[in-house]
Amino acid sequence: MDSLNGTQLPPPVRRIMVEDAPTIAPAPSNGNGIGFASPAGVTSTSLGKQMERTQTVPVERMRTEELSIAYGAKLAVDRVSISVRQGEVLALIGPSGCGKTTLLRSLNRLVDLTPAASRSGQILLDGADVDRFDVTLLRRRVGMLFQQPNPFPMSIFDNVAYGLRERGSKRPSRRQLEPAVLEALHRAGLFEEVKDNLDHPALALSGGQQQRLCIARSLAVQPEVLLLDEPCSALDPISTQVIEKTIVGLRAEIAIVIVTHNLQQAQRVADHVAFMYLGDLVEYGEAAQVFGAPLAERTREYVSGGFG
Amino acid sequence: MSTHVQVPPPPPAQPLGIPGSESSWSRGDRLGVAAAWGAGILLCLVAAAIVLYMLSRGLQYLSLEMLVSHPLPSLDQSQSGGFFDPIEGTLILTVLGTAIAVPLGVGIAVWLSEYARPAWLARAVESGVEIVAGTPSIVLAIFGLLVFQQSVFGFLSFTADGNAVFGRSFFTAGAMMSLIALPLIVGSTREALQAIPAHVREASYALGKDRISTIRRVLLPASRRGIGTGITLGMGRIVGDTAIVVVLLGASLQIEPENGTPIWGLLKGTGSTLTTYVYNNSPAGEGGAPQKAYAAAFVLLLIVIALNFAVDLIARGKEPQWTR
Repeated sequence: MDSLNGTQLPPPVRRIMVEDAPTIAPAPSNGNGIGFASPAGVTSTSLGKQMERTQTVPVERMRTEELSIAYGAKLAVDRVSISVRQGEVLALIGPSGCGKTTLLRSLNRLVDLTPAASRSGQILLDGADVDRFDVTLLRRRVGMLFQQPNPFPMSIFDNVAYGLRERGSKRPSRRQLEPAVLEALHRAGLFEEVKDNLDHPALALSGGQQQRLCIARSLAVQPEVLLLDEPCSALDPISTQVIEKTIVGLRAEIAIVIVTHNLQQAQRVADHVAFMYLGDLVEYGEAAQVFGAPLAERTREYVSGGFG
Repeated sequence: MSTHVQVPPPPPAQPLGIPGSESSWSRGDRLGVAAAWGAGILLCLVAAAIVLYMLSRGLQYLSLEMLVSHPLPSLDQSQSGGFFDPIEGTLILTVLGTAIAVPLGVGIAVWLSEYARPAWLARAVESGVEIVAGTPSIVLAIFGLLVFQQSVFGFLSFTADGNAVFGRSFFTAGAMMSLIALPLIVGSTREALQAIPAHVREASYALGKDRISTIRRVLLPASRRGIGTGITLGMGRIVGDTAIVVVLLGASLQIEPENGTPIWGLLKGTGSTLTTYVYNNSPAGEGGAPQKAYAAAFVLLLIVIALNFAVDLIARGKEPQWTR
């Protein structure tokens, strides 16, 4: 249980969770009001059941049904059924090679780009099979953020406008694009830092700013689902905190799936957690339950730092 | 990173390049270092000798007059004019060869780096580029003459009575010159493209972009420096090549355009470059005007050095940096 010691969680993040997360009511019977991030094993017994949603009901946006993905003969994801809902953050956790990134990349069909990959089962976006979407349209609706910040070699403005351009034969002018670009920068929490330098090269920004620019770039095309593949693994703690705050702030409008190796990060941002191991979905449940009272032995070992 | 680690103060700097300063080294290592050191110095001396010798000769013989006057057929050096035409020819040929090589080379590099399907075709293209890179330019020149003397290509050069195709012109020489620049452009463009991590491409795909617009808007702009380096290196090769000019440009004293449309006629005509001018006037060639050969060689050297500096300048600038 060492890795889940509550004292390691920085207090500011906990405060963010409470203030910025109106969809989560702190458990009434939990005296300190921060039971959500409590150390595992202390108040774990019925914590999960106490987490009730009082305000917006999460709406399912994406669902996988018996989804299997193989790279050649190697099965990476084995019959996983999972639900992605707007209004909450879903964290995929598990040791390296467990298939969580593959699962994530299948949701916007990025896994299709891997030549050897094959897929069976269904992935549904708002009830419709993603294979029936034009892949361009699907990827606009299901945005993605990568492990390493990867702004394009152009100005800050052009990076955010990138997804908005070339929509038709006529290229929209900067004036037309400006409101959407500025709004995306606002939502990604970057606007104040870059408002005077919109024409500066994006690659001159710091790593954390670059990653927030990438968030803005994704948000500009108004996605309904946002996939995050270990978005903070290359960032310092301060940048991580800013991005986590942004993620939590976005979940009311956008369904968010985050792959993370950092269990404390999963605890800080996730409402639901899916634990995967060797391609199997071992456990899926509310974050507090998965961390506090895991049902499966494997999950218990993993969240207590036993392996991985 | 080292700011977080307690680092012991660095030892006082050792003078570089003195093999004996590391007393623990074996004799073989010391000899090796000394040889490497000596080789570097020797190369510098050779380069300095070339530049200084050409500089003194060039400054001795070069005059502004030579740069702007046409060469004339005379054995008397005071009557044989300057080398305006060869300079012009070098310029035209370089621009033409580069103009053909850049779209081809960048296209091949993009295809090899981003598509490369089917795999056998990609391997064939790769080998093809390597073969072209390894072929001596005189062989390319002879081959080019063979090809461009076919009547199909008659529109690219002079045609004699009876439809015999001359095969020598700026067009035909430029086409073959593009082949010697092509491998350099393919190589450095491809290298630059492959230095871009996969997640950058995926980030573009994840925004709903297809491969074409990803290449156009992200990958090519990110490879600008690599492409620029390749182009400049290729231009250096074109400027310095002699064989193709002798065989395919005619190496005529003056630029002789075909009568008719101004630019098209010029490109259909023959001419010479600084390399063939130097050759023809030096004691090694016809030996008519060694002093002018030195002066022209000096100008040629200046052009090549300038191109090399341009390569350095382009390569020194920062490519976009991403973490893999």
